[in-house]
Amino acid sequence: MNKTWWKILGSVLVIYTAIAGLLLGVPRLPILNETIRNLYFHVPMWFAMIVLFSISVFYSVKSLSTKSEIDDIKAVESVNTGIIFGLLGLVTGAFWAKYTWGQFWSFDPKQNFAAISVLLYFAYLILRNAIDEEQKRAKISAIYNIFAFPMMVVLLFVLPRLKDSLHPGNGGNPGFNSYDLDSRMRMVFYPACLGWILIGYWVYTIRFRLRSLENKQQHH
Amino acid sequence: MQLAKEVKYLIHKEVLLEWRSKYTINGVLLYVVSTIFTCYLSFVSLGDKLTWNALFWIIMLFASINGVSKSFLQETKGQQLYSYVLASPAAVLISKTVYNTLLMLVLTTIALGFYTLVFDSFTPPDLLLYYVAVIMGSISFSTVFTMVSAIASKAGNGGMLMAILSFPIIIPVLILLIKLAKNAVDGLPWENSYDEIGMLLVVNVLTVATSLLLFPYLWRD
Repeated sequence: MNKTWWKILGSVLVIYTAIAGLLLGVPRLPILNETIRNLYFHVPMWFAMIVLFSISVFYSVKSLSTKSEIDDIKAVESVNTGIIFGLLGLVTGAFWAKYTWGQFWSFDPKQNFAAISVLLYFAYLILRNAIDEEQKRAKISAIYNIFAFPMMVVLLFVLPRLKDSLHPGNGGNPGFNSYDLDSRMRMVFYPACLGWILIGYWVYTIRFRLRSLENKQQHH
Repeated sequence: MQLAKEVKYLIHKEVLLEWRSKYTINGVLLYVVSTIFTCYLSFVSLGDKLTWNALFWIIMLFASINGVSKSFLQETKGQQLYSYVLASPAAVLISKTVYNTLLMLVLTTIALGFYTLVFDSFTPPDLLLYYVAVIMGSISFSTVFTMVSAIASKAGNGGMLMAILSFPIIIPVLILLIKLAKNAVDGLPWENSYDEIGMLLVVNVLTVATSLLLFPYLWRD
């Protein structure tokens, strides 16, 4: 029970947000209408992605000093999981944009920068494929991962603030904060973030265990 | 001041080697000039000043990837071992970055001159601010590409990897540069550009700091 409580918590929270997110009341705002519910499903994807990429950078730093294979696998598997959440974030955002902005992809700065930061991690995976020797691969890809991380932070958190964007939470648009103040939405939104972060972490641990079993098999 | 001495010596070595062969500077210069000429021939009449600006930065981007990536990719194993024995990794990285910045400054200045000569109808009203953007561009391109070319050269898979690895990293910088340059093209007062100049400086400091921290691990084989 000690080891599984957070998995149960994560599943319960995600199931709760899926049901409550669709059924509970939301404020009526022009244009947004019912699409405001996307907040519960779109924003937690980015939180989960950021947490997973941070885990990856942590293990990249660690693998540079320990040179252990386990740390390297942890770094790459958390990137693999994080990319899935990034893609889900892009897809949920695009669907929302179709109903509020009129197009799936309207080259809004936030969309572009999110897409570029996902590209950054695809580049990381390609770099890994390009090197055959395991130790060398671990070292060089860890270096690229750490080098790229500050750039991703600039892309996702700094640049969008310098540009005009239609995205909620930017400029004079009805913002993230104004929904957040609605206590009904807060009851669903915060559990959703926590739940998806836990689920993301769970997926990552499963992937890590699978990969290390595969590696063990190969070495025998 | 061991480090400063080493850096000075290594920069001297780089400049001397380049001066003897003049391969990189002439090669990239010819590349830039022929690209601008090709663009001129294919566009003939450029739509507006925004296209003028975007085209310039695209040409600069590819020229600097070609110019800067030489720094590590071109070196032989023996040359790398030579500097490994002689100097500290920080000195190697700093000297390469400084040398690349100098190279890019010369290159971009000539390129901007030639570009305004060919497409003279769109010369920005605030040429000084545009030149500031070009200088910031040279510095940013060399700090980012020097580290990425070191990574690509250690991965042992030259050209294509260099492009794949550097594009996602350079795009945020490029967006800031184009914005800054657009301010100059539009002739806005300087106060409107302080944000971009400050951000570019911060990004550069960040890049150099992470490179200095990481390069020693990369350098040791």
